[in-house]
Amino acid sequence: MYVSGTDPQSDAFEELAMPLFDQLYNFAYWLTQNREETEDLVQETYVKALKGFSTFQSGTNFRAWMYRILRNTFLTSRTGLKATMTVSLDAEEDGPALASERETPETVLMERSDWQRVQRAIEDLPVAFREILLLCELEEMSYREIAETLSVPMGTVMSRLSRARRMLAERLRR
Amino acid sequence: MVCEPWKTQLDKYLDGELPSEQMHAFDAHVRSCGSCAAEALARVQMKRTIQAAGKRFVPSAEFRRRMQQSIEAKPRRGVAGLGWMIATATLIFLAAGLAITSLGRRQQAVQERQLYSELADLHVGTLASSSPVDVVSSDRHTVKPWFQGKIPFAFDLPELENSEFSLLGGRVTYLEQTPGAHLIYKLRKHDISVFIFPAGVSRSKKEEPSAVTKNLSFNLESWSQGGLWYCIMGDASRADIHQLAELLKRSTGLPVS
Repeated sequence: MYVSGTDPQSDAFEELAMPLFDQLYNFAYWLTQNREETEDLVQETYVKALKGFSTFQSGTNFRAWMYRILRNTFLTSRTGLKATMTVSLDAEEDGPALASERETPETVLMERSDWQRVQRAIEDLPVAFREILLLCELEEMSYREIAETLSVPMGTVMSRLSRARRMLAERLRR
Repeated sequence: MVCEPWKTQLDKYLDGELPSEQMHAFDAHVRSCGSCAAEALARVQMKRTIQAAGKRFVPSAEFRRRMQQSIEAKPRRGVAGLGWMIATATLIFLAAGLAITSLGRRQQAVQERQLYSELADLHVGTLASSSPVDVVSSDRHTVKPWFQGKIPFAFDLPELENSEFSLLGGRVTYLEQTPGAHLIYKLRKHDISVFIFPAGVSRSKKEEPSAVTKNLSFNLESWSQGGLWYCIMGDASRADIHQLAELLKRSTGLPVS
């Protein structure tokens, strides 16, 4: 016999997970760029997270845990696989760009851009750079949280983030 | 290139990722170096722009409800007497109702904050612009017709002859992809924004008329009237904002909802 209802586990999960719903949805939409896929992705993320909630260690970072599930779910989806196939992460260990390479793009941006232009430029970034930029700027995650979410070392976070910012600036300069 | 070492660390500084003693050193350097200060400012503006542009997609109410239900309806195997089941189901129903209400309220509050932040951005951004209004006129009979064909509705503006307010002009603006009117009024040294949108512009807004409230240090008042949603925002006093709201409400002559 199945009894439909809540249990303490799902209550605790709901309390932690539902406040993240809007931001996870927004982030998912940036990844998939499609409403139906976003809804599927968010739904699957919540189902997986609820199932695996007993393995979540309380006291650790729940937000990074949820984002990691969402991102991994996305990467194994059809759209995710297609998106990542076109990404080259070559020269990831190049380290941060020299200051002189980034002399004016922000100035150019502030003079000429509007939100829609920035949105188009972010959309245009390969997914690996789009996600790291949004995790840092929109979700205001620390480098450590980003490293945890993306399962990459801190050094990679810094170099990839730097490259993402450079790529965004280049797109805005066009 | 004395500043080269500083500039390579600038992103880490602005992301708050330097150790505290380096943060202090950076603070001191930025205060004394015009070049680094200018670059820091530009990058901060860039961060803010990305942040604002990134908040873009909102789940539908229907999807939110589905998600909520799928979490709450997690199946659980068990054998129990009918009485126990009914009692449990009743309790669950009540608890879920409370949880939904409280979650719904919390989400509504967050969305409301986002909406008013967006309006505050429009207000500040417009005033900071070198040409804040597209139609420059203190005459409501000039400003109102200017919007014809530019926005999908018409509105009334109050006669200001016997008040301290003056109309500076207006511009077309957008909120959640919906076009609306943005009017700027002057009161002594204060600039006040009046936003007018179709009443269905955003589910995040307050449905009932608000008293003057404080949001992001601005005073604001909002209400719906005649199928339109009005929001007044500015750094003028609460009483002044309310007075302008009353003038606008009276000019329309329709019931406020």
